[in-house]
Amino acid sequence: MPTTAETAVATICASFGHDRARLLDILQSVQRQLGCVGDAAIDALAADLGMPRVDVAGVVSFYSFLTTKPRGRIVIRLCDDVPDRMLGADRVGSGLEEELGIRFGETTPDGLFTLEHASCIGMSDQAPAALFNDVVVPNLGPGAARRLVDEIRQHPEAPDLRRLLVREYGDGQNAHDLVRSAVQNNLRRAGEVIFAERTANAGLAKALAMSPAEVIRQVKTARLRGRGGAGFPTGMKWEFARAAASDQRYLICNADEGEPGTFKDRVILTERPDLLFEGMTIAGYAIGASRGLLYLRGEYAYLRDYLEDVLARRRAAGLLGENICGKPGFDFDVRIQLGAGAYICGEETALISSCEGLRGDPKNRPPFPAQRGYLGKPTAVNNVETLCCVPRILEMGSGWFASIGSRKSTGTKLLSVSGDCTRRGVYEVPLGTRLAVVLEMCGAEDPLAVQVGGPSGQMVGAADFAREICFDDLATGGALVVFGAGRDPLAIAAQYLAFFIHESCGYCTPCRVGNVLLKERLDRILAGAGEAADLDYLQTLAGTVKTASRCGLGQTSPNPVLSTLRSFRPLYEARLTTPAEGRQAGFDLAARLAEAGRLTGRRPVGFEAGGESR
Amino acid sequence: MTSPTIFLTVDGRRIEARPGQTILEATDEACIYVPRLCWMKGLLPFGSCRVCTVRVNGRPQAACTQPVTPGMVVENDTEELRALRRDLIDMLFVEGNHFCMFCAKSGNCELQALAYRFGIAAPGYPFAFPQRAPDASHPGILIDRDRCVLCARCVRASREIDGKTVFGFVHRGAAKALAVNAAAGLGGTDADAADRAVAACPTGALMVKRIGFALPVGRRVFDHAPIGSEIESPAAEK
Repeated sequence: MPTTAETAVATICASFGHDRARLLDILQSVQRQLGCVGDAAIDALAADLGMPRVDVAGVVSFYSFLTTKPRGRIVIRLCDDVPDRMLGADRVGSGLEEELGIRFGETTPDGLFTLEHASCIGMSDQAPAALFNDVVVPNLGPGAARRLVDEIRQHPEAPDLRRLLVREYGDGQNAHDLVRSAVQNNLRRAGEVIFAERTANAGLAKALAMSPAEVIRQVKTARLRGRGGAGFPTGMKWEFARAAASDQRYLICNADEGEPGTFKDRVILTERPDLLFEGMTIAGYAIGASRGLLYLRGEYAYLRDYLEDVLARRRAAGLLGENICGKPGFDFDVRIQLGAGAYICGEETALISSCEGLRGDPKNRPPFPAQRGYLGKPTAVNNVETLCCVPRILEMGSGWFASIGSRKSTGTKLLSVSGDCTRRGVYEVPLGTRLAVVLEMCGAEDPLAVQVGGPSGQMVGAADFAREICFDDLATGGALVVFGAGRDPLAIAAQYLAFFIHESCGYCTPCRVGNVLLKERLDRILAGAGEAADLDYLQTLAGTVKTASRCGLGQTSPNPVLSTLRSFRPLYEARLTTPAEGRQAGFDLAARLAEAGRLTGRRPVGFEAGGESR
Repeated sequence: MTSPTIFLTVDGRRIEARPGQTILEATDEACIYVPRLCWMKGLLPFGSCRVCTVRVNGRPQAACTQPVTPGMVVENDTEELRALRRDLIDMLFVEGNHFCMFCAKSGNCELQALAYRFGIAAPGYPFAFPQRAPDASHPGILIDRDRCVLCARCVRASREIDGKTVFGFVHRGAAKALAVNAAAGLGGTDADAADRAVAACPTGALMVKRIGFALPVGRRVFDHAPIGSEIESPAAEK
C-alpha cells in the first residue's frame, strides 16, 4: 500500500515532536518521502501542527528547494551564477536540455529528471557545477553532463547516486567516507589563523579557565570583527547578547554563504569543522547560551552527515553536552538546521525566521537579535569564519591576533577567488592586503575588473587595484570574481540584478519592485535602445532602492548598477542612442502596432510590414 | 506615575513623545503627517511599504517601526524624502493593475489618495501588467489581486483583531502574492464580509460585494480632503 500524505505527515511530525518551529525540517522530510509537498500534505501538516494551512503554503512556496508539484526523482540544478556562465554553464544547460528533451523548469515524461537552475551553489572555483539532488558535480562540461544523464538512465534504481556520479573524490576530507564528493578544496594559501597548524581545543581550555566576561574582553582586545561582510565587532555583539536578561540564549552560526562567488565556508566546513565547533562552544560559553544552531545552506547538504559525525565525536569526547571539559554547569550542544535554497536567509534576522520554521523574511529591528532573536530569546549570529577566529585568539592571545593585518582590520581574511584567473580557490591573506597582490597570486592577467564582495559589493576597475581589502577600504565577505578583457561589466551587472530579483523576499516595496525596474532599464540600454536620460533614471532609482529598503539585500542590490555607472560609465554611454525628434528612445512603433494588432485581432493599416513575424 | 516625556526634533520642530512610542505615533499626536500605507491604527507595525521612511540622525528608518529616543533628529518633509516616497507610491502602481476610473474604491482608496497628494498624474515607471487571478468564490467578498499592494493589513487584521487566519502570503520576490487559508479559495474560509480584515484593505483588493457605488464618487473620504489632513488638522474632522 502506498504511503498516503496523511500517514507520512503524521509520522514525520511526531518525529519532530509536532513542533511547528521545526517546520523547515518537517517539510524537507515530507518532500523526501512524498516527492513534493502537495495540497493533501499541506492540509495534513496544518492539522497536525495546529497552524493555518496558508502559513504552511507560505513557507513551502518561499524556498527554492521545496515544491508543491511532483518533480523528477533526480532534480538537476545547474548553477547559473556569473562565474559558472563565464566558464560555459549555458552550453552545459543546452546540452542537458537536448539530452533530456525538456526545458529548464520541466520534468521528463518518465518522471526521472527535473531540470532547474540554482542561484549559486558555492562551487565558483570549479564551475560549471550542478547539483544532482544532494550530489555536487563540479567541472561539468556538456559532454560529461550527457554521460551522467545516460548513466542514471541505465541505473534508475541505483540506491546511492554518489556512486554513479562521483568518479574521483576530491582532496582532503572530500574523500571522507561520509562525504565522498568530487568537490576540490582548492585551498591555495593557508594563513596564520584559520588554516594554520594548531593545538586542538587549546582555545576552549583557556576560555573555560576564564570568566565569560574575560573571554569577551579577549575577543574585543583582538578587535575581531564579523567576517560575513558587515564587519560588526564580535565582542560587542556578544556583550549585548550576554547583557540581555533571559533564561535561555542562543548562538547561531551562519553557514548560509550564498553571496554569488563565495565558497570559503565550504572549505572550512570540510577541513576545519572542529575549529568551528570549538569556536561555537566558546561563543556559547561567552554569551551564556546552552544551545547552538549551525544553519547549513541547503546546497551544502552533502556535508551534513559528516558534520553530524564530527558533532557526535565531540559529544563523546566531552567537548559538547553537559559539564563540558569537566566545567560544572557549562552545557552546550549544537543542532544543524538545513536551509532550503534562499539567499535572503544569510541575512541574520531572516536566518532566525528560517530557523523558526517561518518564511525567510527579515524581521523588523529593533528589537535586535541580541535582545530578542531565535524563539524570542537573546541570540548571537556569527559567521563561520568569525567563529573560527575565536579559538585561535584564545589559544594564541589577542595581541597575537591583533598583530596580524592592519590596525583597524585585524587578523586574516579568507577570499573566494573565481572568474578569469588561473588559480581559482580560497586564499587566506592578512587583512590590509592590496587587491593587486591577490590578483597576482591567483594568476589574473591584466583583468578588466574585479567584483569585490559579490554582487552586493562593488565592481572595481583597474584604477582601484591598489586598494586594500579591509573594513575601511574594500570591505568584503570574501568573494572576488575576476573579469578579464573582453567581459562586459554591464551584462554582468544585469545578471547580478536577475539574481537579486530571484532572491528578494518581496516583503518591502523598493526591493520587490525596484530591482525589477532597474533590470528593465539596464536591459533596454544593453539592447541599444537606451537614451542619455536613462542613466539619471538608473542612478535615482538605485538610490531609492538603497535608501528605502528594509534589509541589507535591498540596500545593496543596486550596487552592480551604481558601481558600473561609477567605474564604467563610458561603456554605458557608448550604448546610448539619440531618439528621433519627438520620439522616445527605444520605442519601436512597428513592433508596438504589431502587438496591438495581435491583441485586438486587427491589422494596423499602413504598417503591415512592421511586425508580422511577432 | 506618568512616564517621562521625551523630546525629539522633526524638521526643526521640537515635539513631545512618550518612551515606547514609535516616531509615527509621536508625530501623529503632534499633528505632523508622515505619509504611510501599510500602517493602520490598532495593528502591529509591519514596515513593508516604506512610504513612511524618514531620516533619523541622517539614517533612513521606517517611522512606523522605529521607537523614539531622546533628542533624536528626524527629517520628514524634505525634498529628498518627498521624492523617495513618490517613487515608492509609483512602484506600487506599476507593480499591479490599478484602473481608478472604474474601481469601486476610487475616492476611498489610500493608494490613489497618496498619489494625488504627491502629485502623481501618471507613473514614471513602466507598467508590469501582471496576470493575477481574482477570487470571487466567497458570497460576500471579492478579492481583486490586481489591486493588492501586499501591505498585509488584511493578514494582520484577521489575526490581530478578528481572531481568524483568513489571509497569508505565498511565494517570494516579485511573485509574492496574497493567499487565503483554504485550497478552495476565499469561499472555503471562515471570512465574513463584516471582518475588520476586509475593511482594512487600503485599496480595492478586498471589496464587499453588492455595495460598490452605494456612496457615489464625489462624496467619498478623499473627495473632501486629501489624505493626511485628518492628522494635520484633527479638529476639522468630525
